[in-house]
Amino acid sequence: MSTSLASRVTGAELPLPYRVIARHADTDDTVTLELAYETAPLPAFAPGQFAMLTAYGIGEVPISLSGLPAPHETARRLTHTLRAVGAVTRALHAAGPGTVIGVRGPFGTTWDVPSAAGHDVVVVAGGIGLAPVRPIVQAVLAERDRYGEVVLLVGARTPADLLYRDDLDRWAAAGVQVGVTVDRPAEGWNGHVGVVPALVASARFRPGRSVGFVCGPEVMMRFTARALTDRGVPASRVRVSLERNMRCGAGWCGHCQLGPLLLCRDGPVVDYARAEPLLDVREL
Amino acid sequence: MTATTDVSANQPVLIDVSALALLFETLREQGYTVVGPTVRDGAVVTAVLDSADQLPYGVGVETEAGRYRLRDRADRAAFAHSAGPQSWKNVLLPARTRRWSADRSPDGTMVVSGPDEPRRYALLGVRACDLAAIGVLDRVLAGGRHTDPVYAGRRDGNLIIAVECTEPGATCFCASMGTGPQCGAGFDLAMTELVDDDGHRFLVRAGTPAGAGILAALPGRPAGPASVGQARDAVAAAAARMGRTMPAVNLPGLLAANRQSPHWDDVASRCLTCGNCTMVCPTCFCTSTEDVTDLTGDHAERWQRWASCFDLDFSYLHGGSVRTSGQARYRQWISHKLGTWHDQFGMSGCVGCGRCIAWCPAGIDLTQEVDALAAAAAVTS
Repeated sequence: MSTSLASRVTGAELPLPYRVIARHADTDDTVTLELAYETAPLPAFAPGQFAMLTAYGIGEVPISLSGLPAPHETARRLTHTLRAVGAVTRALHAAGPGTVIGVRGPFGTTWDVPSAAGHDVVVVAGGIGLAPVRPIVQAVLAERDRYGEVVLLVGARTPADLLYRDDLDRWAAAGVQVGVTVDRPAEGWNGHVGVVPALVASARFRPGRSVGFVCGPEVMMRFTARALTDRGVPASRVRVSLERNMRCGAGWCGHCQLGPLLLCRDGPVVDYARAEPLLDVREL
Repeated sequence: MTATTDVSANQPVLIDVSALALLFETLREQGYTVVGPTVRDGAVVTAVLDSADQLPYGVGVETEAGRYRLRDRADRAAFAHSAGPQSWKNVLLPARTRRWSADRSPDGTMVVSGPDEPRRYALLGVRACDLAAIGVLDRVLAGGRHTDPVYAGRRDGNLIIAVECTEPGATCFCASMGTGPQCGAGFDLAMTELVDDDGHRFLVRAGTPAGAGILAALPGRPAGPASVGQARDAVAAAAARMGRTMPAVNLPGLLAANRQSPHWDDVASRCLTCGNCTMVCPTCFCTSTEDVTDLTGDHAERWQRWASCFDLDFSYLHGGSVRTSGQARYRQWISHKLGTWHDQFGMSGCVGCGRCIAWCPAGIDLTQEVDALAAAAAVTS
């Protein structure tokens, strides 16, 4: 009997208003929103962490950070990429510049990019899974000297579903080994066709001196992690970003359990040595 | 007011049953809303009480797997009933709560206001098992990186008046979970009800200064060694009369090793996936939220409601639910309760109250399911 209720309520509970200051349509159904705070900023987000975004009066969804602020930028802007799949994401997808949305966070574990210093960095993404790993590439390129080879392998359903094409070109020009594959080619496509784990075998990196970062559909992550461990990357140095139903982000609602893990707290980023035995159990 | 007693810490006091009326009055004067047991709809439920007259005097309870019946007692004991369908979760984490409300102005600005200030509750008649359950909720909702402000707000002003259990039911197993029937800590006042030829009275001890303050306002007398011994014996006898026992095995290890056990098919052939067990469980804390607006769309509210891991929707992830089969959903519930709760919160999620056994329409008994898993593991190892 002490603290008043108001003083307990924090950014973990009440959505803070953020205004959409830029909206970039990445594909037909996917947008990247740049958000600036209205009243007060949330604590800084690290790559891998996620926010709960509220579409006013409709509901809330967990969305990973998909970009780092430019080095000169101090305003703690947030970048989130989302695909319109349900009522809330459709509303957020439609949010044009000037729209105010609610944001809670930051929640969850980080990719812990700095721990990969001195190692080769192997990033593998499937579909919208490219969004949560984009800040890894940005962080690594911002301190390029600290890392060895940088590999980015990307899979998409079709060429039209590819996110961040400008970034991919720019990163390739900056010396990142960028490999792109699609499930179904379209006219004019000269690149790989097939699943993204298949690109792991031919990428140049030192398996014993590499850290893997993997995000995409669960089956893609399992096959990719296996391809990486087959080449000799220890499972404990392969990190995956896992997804389950999430309602609160703060460890209160119980929905995001995967066996012993509460993924909003112990994840989303989990090392594969820990994740593999859990992903092996159907319907866990 | 009659003569009051000078109460020093840990000095047990005897009060007569008639003092309960004054207890209610004192609590009300101190600003508490009293929540305690009363009979409603054929069950002993937990409700806001106006007076001590509403307590379930002379009401006992018979429980079995899938069964709960009231029975008349030969005496007028008020707390001689084992756990009913509700628990203190109904007060501390209600089935529906407004988490916040917000108003939007034409320029898009949102003003969000937090939850309503809750009332200060005095929880009367908390058993040792339920005291442990409140401790579990405290750990889950207020003991991690983020404190749930709504839960913490409802919990903050509580005064807990525990009543030690002297009448365990056939579905009870707190003794084997190490949570009861004696109350160790976490209460402001702890009472033991004594009814015999010497009268109807309570042995009361204070656990906090707040409890001592309440006790000092009640007409009591120092308890002699005979009464103290009688209360101790009654609680010890209760420990020996538990209707169920949780097998003394490494529960987290057993459940983690049995994720692929064929036994889940057997449970699923009986389980209706109704979620009753999660509703009556005093520690099942899972919730969902839903956002609503008024007709203008400018006033929005976020409501939290209980959720159950037995609902298909619970594990929904773009395109489908992760746990669709009854096997997977029962496995999730019991594995979390007895196993992965330790990984997540460093404690068991089960306190041995037996509610999930009594209120399962199919009479599924988690102690028996653990027995079956342990027996199968013993055969195959």
